[in-house]
Amino acid sequence: MTDQLSHLARMAAKGRMTRREFNSRAAALGVSAAVASSMFATAARAEEPKKGGLLRAGMQGGESTNTLDPALAASEVPFAVNMIWGEMLVDVNAKGEIDYRIAEEISSSPDAKEWKFKIRSGVEYHNGATVTADDVVATLKRHTDEKAQSGALGIVKGITEMKAEGDMVTLTLASGNADLPFLMADYHLIIQPGGGVDNPAAGIGAGPYKVVVNEPGVRHGFEKHANYFDSTMGHADQVEILVINDNTARTAALQAGQVQMINRVDPKIIELLKGAPGISIQHVAGRGHYVFIMHVDKAPFDNNDLRMALKLAINRQEMVDKILGGYGSRGNDFPINSAYPLFDDTIPQREYDAAAAAEYYKKSGHDGSPIELRTAPGAFPGAVEAAQLFAASANAAGIPLTVKLEPDDGYWSDVWNVQPFCASYWGGRPVQDQMYSTAYLSTADWNDTKFKNPKFDEVLIAARAELDATKRKAMYSELANLLRDEGGLICPMFNDFVEAKRDEVGGWQPDPNGELMNGRALAKCWLNA
Amino acid sequence: MHPVLKLVAQRIALGLLLLLAVSVVIFAGTEALPGDVASAILGQSATPEALANLRDKLGLNEPALYRYFSWLGGVLTGDLGTALTNGQDIAQAIGQRLGNTIFLAACAAVISVPLAILLGLVAARYAGRWPDKLISGITLSTISLPEFVAAYFVIYLLTQLIPIFNPVAMVFPGMGFWEKLHAVALPVIVLVLVVLAHMMRMTRAAILNVMQSAYIETAELKGLSPMQVIWKHAFPNAIAPIVSVVVLNLAYLVVGVVVVEVVFSYNALGQYLVDHVSKRDLPVVQAVGLIFAAVYIGLNILADVISIVANPRLRHPK
Repeated sequence: MTDQLSHLARMAAKGRMTRREFNSRAAALGVSAAVASSMFATAARAEEPKKGGLLRAGMQGGESTNTLDPALAASEVPFAVNMIWGEMLVDVNAKGEIDYRIAEEISSSPDAKEWKFKIRSGVEYHNGATVTADDVVATLKRHTDEKAQSGALGIVKGITEMKAEGDMVTLTLASGNADLPFLMADYHLIIQPGGGVDNPAAGIGAGPYKVVVNEPGVRHGFEKHANYFDSTMGHADQVEILVINDNTARTAALQAGQVQMINRVDPKIIELLKGAPGISIQHVAGRGHYVFIMHVDKAPFDNNDLRMALKLAINRQEMVDKILGGYGSRGNDFPINSAYPLFDDTIPQREYDAAAAAEYYKKSGHDGSPIELRTAPGAFPGAVEAAQLFAASANAAGIPLTVKLEPDDGYWSDVWNVQPFCASYWGGRPVQDQMYSTAYLSTADWNDTKFKNPKFDEVLIAARAELDATKRKAMYSELANLLRDEGGLICPMFNDFVEAKRDEVGGWQPDPNGELMNGRALAKCWLNA
Repeated sequence: MHPVLKLVAQRIALGLLLLLAVSVVIFAGTEALPGDVASAILGQSATPEALANLRDKLGLNEPALYRYFSWLGGVLTGDLGTALTNGQDIAQAIGQRLGNTIFLAACAAVISVPLAILLGLVAARYAGRWPDKLISGITLSTISLPEFVAAYFVIYLLTQLIPIFNPVAMVFPGMGFWEKLHAVALPVIVLVLVVLAHMMRMTRAAILNVMQSAYIETAELKGLSPMQVIWKHAFPNAIAPIVSVVVLNLAYLVVGVVVVEVVFSYNALGQYLVDHVSKRDLPVVQAVGLIFAAVYIGLNILADVISIVANPRLRHPK
């Protein structure tokens, strides 16, 4: 009985059981309600953060070409590394709300054009200097410089004026944007001393851990920043990221206890790993999605009937089951899902309909020549298999879709955004406006479907400055429908983040914003000895 | 000048010429790859503006010939430059990783070379009988296994079933010697399994070949034991072919183990090279390519010299 009781206590400690459940199951073992209650409290208290130790993550997505310059972070490891040593003005939390970090207060003018950020006082960098409003402005300015090649250039471009007065930063925008605070949570916009102008890759920030070892593509080691301002983070004394790009090695390292958490569990082995002792699979629906994109300005994809035929000829459930191993959800040909605020869940789900697809195909008057879909193993995990499934279901509807395999090498320069029909992926953004503005606005740099629709642009820009949530939601719904029915995007699936951790890791909270608790897992979790 | 010294000098001069040719080939090869550094760095986030900026910053707008010769000039003065992708000093980055590559290769060589030669001698001694068949059978099956399969197998066996080693074999400065040895144990086991058969078979074949000679018969008739005959009379005359195969395998251990490096996340040169090839980071690819070529050429010169020294006819040419 003690074994079972301690098992129950462990479950309670991990938050897998409510007090009510615990009491009733303890009662079944003959424990009185009062005793059970106090046991539950003890167990739950055991889940309070433990200090100290070395917490390690094994991660895919690091190369020896990586740098600590936050402007250049593009893959998973640099992202997670930067989230450990850096702090942005704000974070977007797991519920999709703003968490105040360097900024402690935000206010805006009614037209959402002028924004004021009050800088938290006494936040200290690793080098002992204090974070100032001037640093914030210098940081944002650096990202507006084309030469910095910042991944956040598109975000800061719209800021026409930046001012620092005392502890207040004032940003003036070219046009109103109600989402600006969310944009400031972009992981490139880490506040650096002096804006990081002198040495952008110095790795000095205000985050919970200092960089001790930086060996790109191998490992990144950190130790606790003693004067960190937020006591809810930074429990372990040291944290480390080991770059383990090989799937099998990463899983083996977790099983052997060499690392306590890993990202990107291969969907094919999830079921096997579930049975492994001391390990649990963690998954959360994110905003990332896998796509097939058509250039709407190039034949034959300039014909909306043909586009519609292809959209109807894809079996989304099959994709989710076979490509994602069930860890994902169906897409609906617009890049937004329920993980976004203001999502309209009344838009009907597009299903596989061979008959309707065949009808649209006939209506399009396509000459019957093969339609080439280009794909590569690196376009997204399972991209080649997904393309083949797509071709099979399309062929069943009489559409002559063929798959052309391209090499990973040069895929993003020679195929994506160049060829009229190919496989690709998007990582998602914190808010709808940012996702649409990044890839579907006529003037967007990354408009990879060449979708240029004046009506769409107009509504998108109007929605930015709309502070009334109901109206805004209706506007986003309109955008979604426009894209769903006329766009060049075929979005069969949204992928979950599938990760795994060892049982001794405490404090794990699913976070849809990004991998490994939006890069904060090492800072927010702790090690139960 | 002693004829052997002259020969060695000739070989080295030839090797240097070869290296130059290799550098041209590597340069031409990377130029021919699709895409350039700028588009490889920016990946999916490339905008035309960003691409143009980056190309300008990285000096990619200069003609290829100019870039080649300015790089060559740098190398000759000992400056390998900085990586285009992350601005790290190449010589420094390579230094540490080259050390790791050599550490792994040395560990594998120290075990595999004596073991292979010993097994080869034993197999030759019992040619056609069960010890020969057993040794050949086992080593041939380990060489037939692709490296990554062997790697996954030892990972499963020695980290999951019998958890005595770690699946991730990274080594860092500051680790003690034994700690490092423990870390690289699994890749070493895999590499030994992979290179054993080739050297063993060559030793066996070379010895058996010599065993046909008339003087071996004389030695046997003198009453020497078979192992003494092999060790004292056959082996010295079989050294040349054995050494060339051993050297070939040593070269493989240095330059050809990228698959093993990836599976064990071992931070050595191969992985470093592959990362930079995929980003078209030419200075790094050139530098690592050159090092690999130098290792290959150097080891082959060594093999030549050893064969010459081991062969009286070459040592004292008429």
